[in-house]
Amino acid sequence: MSRALALHLAVIAALFAAQFLVPPYHHTNLARIMVLSVFAMGYNIAFGYTGLLSLGHALFFGAGLYATGLGIEQFGLTTAVALLAGLLAGGIVAAASGVLALRTGGVSFMIVTLMFAQAGYLTILYFGAYTRGDEGFVIARAARAIGPVDFSADTPRYLAALALFSVALLVNFALVRSATGRSMIAMRENEDRSLMLGYNPFRVKLLALVISGLYAGAAGAAYGVLFGYVGASFAGIQYSILPLLYVLMGGAGTVLGPFLGALLMFYLIDISSGYTTAHLAVVGGALLVLVLFAPKGILGAIRERGARWLP
Amino acid sequence: MEFGPFLLLAIMEGTVMAAVLALTAVGLSLVFGVMRVVNVAHGEFFMLGAVLAWFITQAIPGPPALGFAAALILCPLLVGGIAALADMTILKRLNYDPEATIVATIGLSYIFQQAALSFYGPDARPVLAPFNIRLQLPWFGYSGYKIAVVMAAVILLLAVWLFMTRSRAGLVMRATQADRDTARAFGINVDRVYAAVFALGAGLAAVAAVLIVPIQQAHYLMGHDPLLLSFIVVIIGGLGSLRGTLVAAVVVGLSDGVISVFFSPTLAKILATLLVAMVLVFRPQGLFGARA
Amino acid sequence: MAALTLLSARALTRHFGGLKAVSNVDFDLQAGKVHALIGPNGAGKTTFVSLLCGRVPVQSGSIVFDGRDITHLAANVRVDLGIAYTFQITSIYAGLSTFDNVALAVQRQHRDTLQTEVMAALTRVGLQDRADQMAGTLAYGHQRLLEIAMGLALSPKLLILDEPTQGLANAEIAHFKTLIRGVTPATTVLLIEHNMDVVMDLADQITVLNFGQILATGTPAQIRANAAVQTAYLGG
Repeated sequence: MSRALALHLAVIAALFAAQFLVPPYHHTNLARIMVLSVFAMGYNIAFGYTGLLSLGHALFFGAGLYATGLGIEQFGLTTAVALLAGLLAGGIVAAASGVLALRTGGVSFMIVTLMFAQAGYLTILYFGAYTRGDEGFVIARAARAIGPVDFSADTPRYLAALALFSVALLVNFALVRSATGRSMIAMRENEDRSLMLGYNPFRVKLLALVISGLYAGAAGAAYGVLFGYVGASFAGIQYSILPLLYVLMGGAGTVLGPFLGALLMFYLIDISSGYTTAHLAVVGGALLVLVLFAPKGILGAIRERGARWLP
Repeated sequence: MEFGPFLLLAIMEGTVMAAVLALTAVGLSLVFGVMRVVNVAHGEFFMLGAVLAWFITQAIPGPPALGFAAALILCPLLVGGIAALADMTILKRLNYDPEATIVATIGLSYIFQQAALSFYGPDARPVLAPFNIRLQLPWFGYSGYKIAVVMAAVILLLAVWLFMTRSRAGLVMRATQADRDTARAFGINVDRVYAAVFALGAGLAAVAAVLIVPIQQAHYLMGHDPLLLSFIVVIIGGLGSLRGTLVAAVVVGLSDGVISVFFSPTLAKILATLLVAMVLVFRPQGLFGARA
Repeated sequence: MAALTLLSARALTRHFGGLKAVSNVDFDLQAGKVHALIGPNGAGKTTFVSLLCGRVPVQSGSIVFDGRDITHLAANVRVDLGIAYTFQITSIYAGLSTFDNVALAVQRQHRDTLQTEVMAALTRVGLQDRADQMAGTLAYGHQRLLEIAMGLALSPKLLILDEPTQGLANAEIAHFKTLIRGVTPATTVLLIEHNMDVVMDLADQITVLNFGQILATGTPAQIRANAAVQTAYLGG
């Protein structure tokens, strides 16, 4: 087994062990971090690996969250089907917006994705009669279960989050070392050259975006069922900035970076709120420090200084 | 009120919106045109202008007109100064790389919001208008101040236009916009020009906010809508084209005002947001711009 | 045995605003040969080959490659049909390893035998010992070789080389000539060059371009003897 694979499996094992080693208060936090990591991993596939700086990923997360939440509460879907609907919703919305947005590049792409996400958020508010808008709605406890497994309870929730995280992590790992993953990196590194090697830029980028949307949709769906609350704020600009922040901090273009960034950022805000109520400044300050002094993030910097084998 | 006068009222309200929007959007357009960077914190410069106006008018006793006049002069200068500082310490370091700049300005906008939240608080607070004249039309009364806002905006926009086209500094800015490297070769200190342009853009947003704050109240989140609308205006008008920005500001301001009065403001925003995205996808040069 | 025409262009035209970069050019390329394209700077050579490989869209005229009309096909589709292009200004993946650079070319066709095929491609140009090195840290001459390796790894029918010996030392140029001689007749080579020694040594056919139009076409001997070419370019 390669040391890269061993490292990733070790992280999963460590997270499994953590539930026995850390106090229960942190279980919910870690479950949240793991689900948000899946979201961030999806973002990383688009941004870190393929070079697509989207400012509208909240649209895909929100699509997953609302497809699942509304599916259960309004359309009476079973939990399992609703979760699947959330996963697919993320992918479909990503495909639809990608077909349009990928006709642009660079700054225009950033703005177009931002606008689509904003339109999505406003649409949720507009149809407040069904979505309850900013106030949001709760998913009934009874619906947050598949068979005998009740996801509102501590241990099943943690394990469900871990299961999702593990699958997402290993799929990500396999993807970036595959020919497809290599073509995405190629598109980021030198699009002109990639075109002249026979790669279709639009198709490669769209695939990256759709995979990214599936990840985000899965994370949104899981977030709804595991934590029980669906609200418009999850489709707002904050949830487009957070995955970017996590990825930048942990290391764009690394498989474990998004998780590391989510973990650190979550606890950074948690700890600093013990000293100050200035959460926004912590996020803003972190973004500035990262972009000025550490654009490669933690794992990116480590990889550069000798750990070339780190995927 | 019957439909006719109601429409007139909506149009007058829309005109006030358009005037303030034009000022804000021109600020954003200048920054993008000359520096080629997207400043996501532009809305926060707007908000800081309003919040600082509240502090200044609170600090100056006597008739409201006095405090307001002081705010009108000091706020753009203060906010412009903050902007210049941000440019010199942060944006310059990033070499104005498009992606890094956007991330950095996002970070800045969070910090500015936090500063307002911490020092000004979460409440919305009013600022008194400098005068209270009321214009009596046959169908309704209208605030004389709002009309003054429109006139002030027109004068300021004219001043900006004269500055850009007739003054030496404006020529230097336009030269830098046309070709940065050639400008440098001609001895123009591009870094200083950028700082000045960034400050000017921020100052315009701030002065627009000072003008609107007696009507709208100052709140630490008030920067979001102006940012979005300015984006919409600048992109539809064509990035880097001042004329396009002005035309688009009038169109967007009027229609947003009118649609908001007759229909839902949320719907108006959804349509405007999607319109921007579609313009960028299908007609990236906007209405007047030469290139995206 | 009649020579097979691999590619023919008819009335190929491309203007950029007022600049007539390529004007009404007719061009035939014989399979299995080395064909050189020469001409003064600004003659339209790079624009012409960009039209052939699809980087620049054709304004009028037609291109037929291997029996197919490729005039309006996207560049990446033409690559899959068998046209490979190496850039005038080296364009490799500087942030990736030498191995990964070639792998991106090889994996278009050989996924299962990736490792062996990539090492074979690197050995062909002599870079097999630098497989793990980051491509951006290679010496300039080696980067040029890497580009050629990537082009060859596509197993193209037509390899277009845009000023490949630019900036190379004499020993490297000699190595390059041997490499190209070994590539034909399986692969046809179209070569833009300023180095007359290389041209005269390698080329079976030479086309001279000036002001976007063809000045002359022929064997090296014929071109050398051509008075118009001498005046315009060779400094006869």
